[in-house]
Amino acid sequence: MGRKLDPARKVKRGPGRKARKQRGAEEELAGFLPPDPDDNVRKLSSHARRRAAKRRIKSVKLQTNKNSRVLQKVQAAKNLLSEGANKKAKLQVGHQAGFSDENASWLTPGKKRARSKEDESAALSDSDGNEGPWESDGEEGSMDGMVDDYGASSSSDEEELLPIEKASRKDKLEGEAFNEDDSEDEEESPPHQQEEDTDKDADLQLNVETDERFVLPSGQEIEKEVAQAPDLQLIHQRIKDNIEVLQDFSTKREEGHSRQEYLSLLRRDLAAYYSYSDFLIGKMMDLFPLSELVDFLESNEVPRPVTLRTNTLKTRRRDLAQALINRGVNLDPLGKWSKTGLVVYDSSVPIGATPEYLAGQYMLQGASSLLPVMALAPQENERILDMCCAPGGKTSYIAQLMKNTGVILANDSNADRLHSVVGNLHRLGVTNTVVSHCDGRQFPKVLGGFDRVLLDAPCSGTGVISKDPTVKTNKDEKDILRCAHLQKELILSAIDSVNAASETGGYIVYCTCSVMVEENEWVVDYALKKRNVRLVPTGLDFGKEGFTRFKERRFHPSLKSTRRFYPHTHNMDGFFVAKLKKFSNAIPKAVKDEESNGEPAVQAEEASSAPAAAEPLPQGRKQVALKAAKKPTAKQGLSAATPTKAKGSPKGDKQKKQASVSRQGSFQKRTRPSKAARPSPGGLKARPTHSKKRKLHRGHQ
Amino acid sequence: MRPLTEEETRALFEKLSKYIGENIQLLIERPDGAYCFRLHKDRVYYLSERILKLATNVPRQNLISLGTCFGKFTKTQKFRLHITALDYLAPYAKYKVWVKPSAEQSFLYGNHVLKSGLGRITESTSQYQGVVVYSMADVPLGFGVAAKSTQECRRMDPMAIVVFHQADIGEYIRHEETLT
Repeated sequence: MGRKLDPARKVKRGPGRKARKQRGAEEELAGFLPPDPDDNVRKLSSHARRRAAKRRIKSVKLQTNKNSRVLQKVQAAKNLLSEGANKKAKLQVGHQAGFSDENASWLTPGKKRARSKEDESAALSDSDGNEGPWESDGEEGSMDGMVDDYGASSSSDEEELLPIEKASRKDKLEGEAFNEDDSEDEEESPPHQQEEDTDKDADLQLNVETDERFVLPSGQEIEKEVAQAPDLQLIHQRIKDNIEVLQDFSTKREEGHSRQEYLSLLRRDLAAYYSYSDFLIGKMMDLFPLSELVDFLESNEVPRPVTLRTNTLKTRRRDLAQALINRGVNLDPLGKWSKTGLVVYDSSVPIGATPEYLAGQYMLQGASSLLPVMALAPQENERILDMCCAPGGKTSYIAQLMKNTGVILANDSNADRLHSVVGNLHRLGVTNTVVSHCDGRQFPKVLGGFDRVLLDAPCSGTGVISKDPTVKTNKDEKDILRCAHLQKELILSAIDSVNAASETGGYIVYCTCSVMVEENEWVVDYALKKRNVRLVPTGLDFGKEGFTRFKERRFHPSLKSTRRFYPHTHNMDGFFVAKLKKFSNAIPKAVKDEESNGEPAVQAEEASSAPAAAEPLPQGRKQVALKAAKKPTAKQGLSAATPTKAKGSPKGDKQKKQASVSRQGSFQKRTRPSKAARPSPGGLKARPTHSKKRKLHRGHQ
Repeated sequence: MRPLTEEETRALFEKLSKYIGENIQLLIERPDGAYCFRLHKDRVYYLSERILKLATNVPRQNLISLGTCFGKFTKTQKFRLHITALDYLAPYAKYKVWVKPSAEQSFLYGNHVLKSGLGRITESTSQYQGVVVYSMADVPLGFGVAAKSTQECRRMDPMAIVVFHQADIGEYIRHEETLT
């Protein structure tokens, strides 16, 4: 399914930087690589030239054809030649010039200049095509007098030669053969930088040319492509080119093609390359600017880092970190914004089955799921409702923040997933919780008058594609709207179960793991219109602001205070958090004029100005009931959709455990992944510094 | 959900007293409010009155769990302690057994504690006494029954069982579905 699994797309393999240090490997490789004289003559350092010559000698030996044997003889003879003989060789070559190592070592003043000359001449010899690469060895010693000449010579010569150089460069680029020698030299020889710069210039020019050459494939081409299996490499390149054109459309566009054509091609390519459904890619393109779009899709292909939350009811983060480090777990604090989170880089033991885990000292939990609880900010001795609680991570975090005081009602509509809730709550030592199995939409009827409500609504899961890639293909417009409808019902019942008169609370936190506007801003905007609530700042100092306008939709301006989190910017699951404050228990009468976009309908009839929130609210319920009666089919669909909460299967924990088991083998390396693997809200600013991390580790040891 | 009957209370307390002795008093008379035992779907829950008040509003068939589950009554009306009660047993336990790090894993997989894995044991533990099992880092791992008294333990061969396994925290993973 995923791009990663595609066998056709292979990463280029070859000796890396380290492989170079192993003797023998390069010799072997030389046997595999075809001797490519044209490439190597250019900008070889003296050392590299010598090595290349050796290598080639060997590779030539391997060749069986007669030609090569003859060459070998010639070459052997040449190697034996004395300096005098070299001069003869020079006569043969004519105007060729070059430097040996010995000369280069003491001819420092004119070095760079001379080298570039040498290269040019080499390029010339290339164009002749007669010379073997090792021939340049022959010119050593002859250059003593010429250095100054060349150093002082005008640049006209150079300019003359440059096109040739370019041509050879182009040849090289076109020829697919990857030259290992070349890359070696670039690392090895810093004095070459100047000329490399000129090369880069040439490169840049070439790039521009290719960009300008990017043309939209015609209809026939596309048809042909559809018939064949897609060439992912080609598509990837086309996506890159296309985006580059689109970002600077007025200058880079091709005449006669509209932006729409480019966009539709891009959409098709993205859908094919990342294997999304056409609908979802369209949605994503609406949501993200082009510069971010590929980043987002790319980050959906890699898993988020494993994070865990310390259970402060049983232990402290410092102690837990120490205990886990002793078990061979490589971890770090999550970030400045969390006092309990830890990031796990790698582990020699399954992180979901350590005795510490079983003793309830921590909970495996995504970084993003800490955020809504922090936004909820539960206080001690409050009554709190968690409407969709499975698998209990957020619920236990609430209990932890309340220090096991007060009461939490943990509700979920899926009985199977409640097993894990009960297990987790008991394991973590949470004692102030009642676990119930009700439909969230009936809520104020079951129980009301809560101080705070956390609604982690079931959603399409478009923020957690890295966890569940099936979302890519199995969601369409209808699913999204169905989710949105369910969410609207849930948010209304969540608001209705809060007591606005509460001294400490009266807050509702709405969150989803979706990035769709339909499931987030739209739902909150709907709630603002239907109930006496207003948006308040979430208390999270990072994350992106919610949309106040999206395509044809215009939302309440206060939606700025909601927060969005993305995998590519914050390295956590895509997430949306909104915090609402209820300021009156009265339910406004159904507003007829939908276009009144201003204050959330305060033309409420103040019939019952201060009803106790625990009491049922007859008017609102009747409305809901009426609605339900009107659309029985929709209801059925909804109830079917209710259990499909895409946040993770009921055995999410177990899966994690298995994953960590499989990771066990790769621990020998003990390489610490790059900093990018850590969820780091706010980019560089919020990342804990390296020194701090050291301090923590030392503190434990 | 209902309060326990006479017999049920007796069965429960008898079982608890095997592990925490007269410390049962501390479970019932707590300084931070009234706590009580309630029976729901054959499970015994230990919870504060405040939670009880809230839980009474939830329809009985929709109620899954409340407070802390201590164990369940079998069909023959015997009481069986669950691992979930460990949070309350461990602090009040009278007799303790510490297992070596090498034997931790084995115990968490549901095996008995062997003499070779025994790190420490409370003095004057008698045979068939309920004990709480700890790791050497003082993390409670579960509970069991002493197979031998402390004196006898001293001269056992290394492969002999010293503590019979009853419950361990590995059950949170192994028996998640039947936990409560």
